[in-house]
Amino acid sequence: MELLNDVFTAKAIFIGIVFAITLGIAAYSTYFERKIAAFMQDRIGPDRAGPFGIFQPLADAVKMFMKEDFIPANSNKWLFIAGPCLSMLTALMTSAVVPFGDTVTVAGVTFDLQGIDVNIGILWVFGIVSLGVYGILVGGWASNNKYSLLGAIRAASQNISYELAMGMSIIAILMLSGSLSTKAIVETQQAGHWNILQQPIGFVIFLICAFAECNRTPFDLPECETELIGGYHTEYSSMKLGFYLFAEYINMFISGAVMATLFFGGYDYPGYSFIAAQFGSNVAAFLGMGALIGKALLFVFVFMWVRWTLPRFRYDQLMGLGWTGLIPLSMFNVVITGFGILIDQPILAGLGGIVILFVGLVVNDALSRKKKIA
Amino acid sequence: MKLSNKTKVLEQGEMTLAERMYLPAIVGGMATTLKHFFSKPVTIRYPEQQRYLGPIYRGHHILKKDEQGAERCTACGLCAVACPAEAISMVAEERKKGEEKLYREEKYAKVYEINMLRCIFCGLCEEACPKEAIFLRHDKMVPVFSTRDEVIYGKDKLVENMDQRYLRDGWK
Repeated sequence: MELLNDVFTAKAIFIGIVFAITLGIAAYSTYFERKIAAFMQDRIGPDRAGPFGIFQPLADAVKMFMKEDFIPANSNKWLFIAGPCLSMLTALMTSAVVPFGDTVTVAGVTFDLQGIDVNIGILWVFGIVSLGVYGILVGGWASNNKYSLLGAIRAASQNISYELAMGMSIIAILMLSGSLSTKAIVETQQAGHWNILQQPIGFVIFLICAFAECNRTPFDLPECETELIGGYHTEYSSMKLGFYLFAEYINMFISGAVMATLFFGGYDYPGYSFIAAQFGSNVAAFLGMGALIGKALLFVFVFMWVRWTLPRFRYDQLMGLGWTGLIPLSMFNVVITGFGILIDQPILAGLGGIVILFVGLVVNDALSRKKKIA
Repeated sequence: MKLSNKTKVLEQGEMTLAERMYLPAIVGGMATTLKHFFSKPVTIRYPEQQRYLGPIYRGHHILKKDEQGAERCTACGLCAVACPAEAISMVAEERKKGEEKLYREEKYAKVYEINMLRCIFCGLCEEACPKEAIFLRHDKMVPVFSTRDEVIYGKDKLVENMDQRYLRDGWK
């Protein structure tokens, strides 16, 4: 059995395509971020480079490469270089377990449209996302700059805090699917049985945590200009800075893809079986890949939409929301989900959970109000 | 006693539950930004698209000619006196026999120069002119210059071209 068999080649080509798509989307996210910001502020946005400014990412890249690549004198040189590399590496590694599509047969080779189908898929995502904070922490520490270090510490504590709630919201998903494999999670959601219907609270928790994990507004405290100059990338310039910013956009796309996988049926779309019957499973699977990327891009839009709507949190508010808001809420969600499995009505339990939560909040509010008047 | 009854006293009580949850406010804010996302931009692509700046915008100077094509300016120097930035200078010359087609008055400006770095486009020259000779056009701006010898505009750039006469809105 040689290493270079057909499946290996097919997977290598597929991974190359996913890599290219990820980088391309990340590059164009910078353009669309500016365009969406402009539209939301009733402006036109970048339109000088090419028609509608579509060559703006190229111009930005050229600008980034042309800048002086400065390394501060008293920094730890190797760690300083390793920081952005780690960020980029971890950002790109997460997409390995995202199932982009079902099994296809191309030129006699049958393979999954997925990098690796490991049976601990979602743990892989968590492991890599946790590693991602190292890129920021190493870069911030190696800069030998107190603002960088403060930004990095903020990023680290924020990521650790929100990973807990994120993990708890995933546990509810795992209870429903019974497997850690991302492929299996998607397969339980086929034909419209998307997890969002059963896990509305879990999705909201995961979405908020995804904002925090990607260091996006309203949780973008690690790079708070007014307090920390540039945060962890204060000392970075040229393409090293570019890598940090790029990694953020890759993370956005990948977290969108993970959210689509976990809550929105992955590569499932209405009429999947009809297209599979009419045009063959290959067409259906590749369309599914398009559906997943479309869902991920929708989430990227939501990320940008929120960024240009909300101001950022204060740091104690951020920690308060994470520890006293989201973690208890996710525990409540786990209990509700378990109850739903017990009575075999997960959708009803999801709705019931929202109702109970709302009633509980109103009652608690009424009780605590009385105390203050008395 | 209050001077007017327009004063509104705002009472900021304790926040209600909905306000403390922030989610309704966040959804409302996102609806606002989405509304703006689909609305028409208020900015324009400037050098390609230009806005109409109104009939009395003070732009490029022009030395008008009369209907027969004779210059109206008589080099009285009132514009130079009126100019707060001292941007205008001129050299007068007496009209010779046979030049009646060129100059309307018996004296005319042989040299008429405006320093565009000094000019503040206040329009006082236009107000001072007794012969209705100098105007600031509403439809054309002084272009950006890159070297200092482009800065002083002589009669070659200021005198009206009879093929493209300047007409302001409201003139016949």
